Amino acid sequence: MKPVRDIPGADSVAAMRGRYPEVFTSSWRRNRVAIAVVVGLTAVLLYGMVTLGFVNPRLFEGLGKLGALFGMMLPPDPGSIDRAIIYLKALGETLAIAFLGTSLAAVLAFPIGFLAARNVVANRVVHFLSRRSLDTLRGVDVLIWALIWINVVGLGPFAGVLALMVSDLGTFGKLFSEAIEASDKRPVEGVVAAGGGPLHRVRFGILPEVLPVMASQVLYYIESNTRSATIIGIVGAGGIGLHLAEQIRVLEFQHVAFIIILVLIAVAAIDWLSTKLRLALIGTRRVEMA
Amino acid sequence: MPSSPLAIDAPRLDVLARGYRDAVRAKRARAALVGICVALCAVVSAISAEVDLGKLFTNIDKFTSYIGRIFLLENGRFVLTDPAEWYWGLGSWLSLLLETVLIAYVGTALGAIGGILLAFLAAANLSPHPIVRAITRRYLEFCRTFPELVFALIFVIAFGLGPLPGVLAIAIHTMGALGKLFFEVAENIDMKPVEGVAATGASWPAMVRFGAVPQILSNFVSYTLLRFEINVRGASVMGFVGAGGIGQDLIEAIRKFYYADVSAILLLIIATVVAIDFVTERVRHRLIDVGAAA
Repeated sequence: MKPVRDIPGADSVAAMRGRYPEVFTSSWRRNRVAIAVVVGLTAVLLYGMVTLGFVNPRLFEGLGKLGALFGMMLPPDPGSIDRAIIYLKALGETLAIAFLGTSLAAVLAFPIGFLAARNVVANRVVHFLSRRSLDTLRGVDVLIWALIWINVVGLGPFAGVLALMVSDLGTFGKLFSEAIEASDKRPVEGVVAAGGGPLHRVRFGILPEVLPVMASQVLYYIESNTRSATIIGIVGAGGIGLHLAEQIRVLEFQHVAFIIILVLIAVAAIDWLSTKLRLALIGTRRVEMA
Repeated sequence: MPSSPLAIDAPRLDVLARGYRDAVRAKRARAALVGICVALCAVVSAISAEVDLGKLFTNIDKFTSYIGRIFLLENGRFVLTDPAEWYWGLGSWLSLLLETVLIAYVGTALGAIGGILLAFLAAANLSPHPIVRAITRRYLEFCRTFPELVFALIFVIAFGLGPLPGVLAIAIHTMGALGKLFFEVAENIDMKPVEGVAATGASWPAMVRFGAVPQILSNFVSYTLLRFEINVRGASVMGFVGAGGIGQDLIEAIRKFYYADVSAILLLIIATVVAIDFVTERVRHRLIDVGAAA
């Protein structure tokens, strides 16, 4: 057995202090930038809470009322079978909006993703313009798109489909182009070495690698859009949101609770299905989702 | 003449070629099956969602004319000819925009704090008890299933009109979304640094502070920044249901056909979102680099 090395005594600590003074200074000093940032952020938070009405008796009155509203939700009850059928139909409409809006967005975003990817179209102007227009599409909330499309095709779920489509076009364009840019160069070089043209490069060099990633992103967004499609009805663009908003406004909280439970079940089912499909597609690999 | 090696292997090559053909055919058949399933779903959805391409094509000019009209002033001239008239309400819009960003900020901060606390209860390697973990996870699921606006609708009834219900709605939804991401990060940490700190005789808080936090902090901050950007966008429509921010003015402009106001407010929102997106992305990339180096 090796003998234990001599443990540093008081004098060697002093020697160490001389040699590495920065390790021995208090961490407060070393982290002063981080501390300043945290203090600043906290100050903004407190300022925000004061200006937005947190220091107000309304907060506590509201919490009491919230409890009462929650009591009014029990037991969840659609009122009659007819209402329940109406709600189920609206839920189906919500799922349809989410599915169709996301798929159409993916189809449209597919070519745009290649245009916006630097390793496919090596043109700075095209790259800049396509990226910025995608940013603009994403910068407008889906509800605002819904309001605009209602002007075009009238009230109803079709406006919701178009709104989701436009809003997701921006997201998918960005995600797809990033996936393409992150793809491995070597298959492309192989195709070039075998004499392939630009389209061959995309079809045989890039597509096999990025397609599963894209499919998994689309599945994820179908799931997440099922959640956002529940509110699109608030402005009249179809789905269960219309009924949800209406029942909340007329204070029929048993109906509200029934709708909430319906949505929870539907989202859980879609979540389960999409997780299964994504696992089958790409395994447990992590994919950039936002 | 010696026979070429290819001639000798011809039967074996044939087997190989047939195997390849079968493999390709099976793959094509599977792709076709998936395609048919997707097409079927699309048709059913199209019927349910009342898709009417005819209506879209006959009215598509309304879309372009709407986009065109929001860039015209009351007197029919292009907005840039009179920027002062276009942004006549700039002062009040800027203060509403500030309120919107503040709603998003406070909502994100409160949600992130709640998410961190709940993440430790929900992470399999840190949770005190399986039942606590299951309850926390269901709660987080509930919080993130509903978009902020649904919570806002209910909170507006309880707390009255104003930014307060908007902040709370964003905080609840953010807590659900971030809580899930956080506990997934916490579950994936390397336990060796934690054990190393424990081996020096450190207490539990010191163990978490020096063993776990350095591994998860950059991810936590990065996700929170991402969420902040999403929440600014979400806060911009909170006013649609009376929960504060610039959405109130926006929906009024849209509903009452104040075209120039729509473009003015929309551009303000887009500029804010793009600016925040730009800054947070810079910070996130730096954090990820720091996280990768650590």
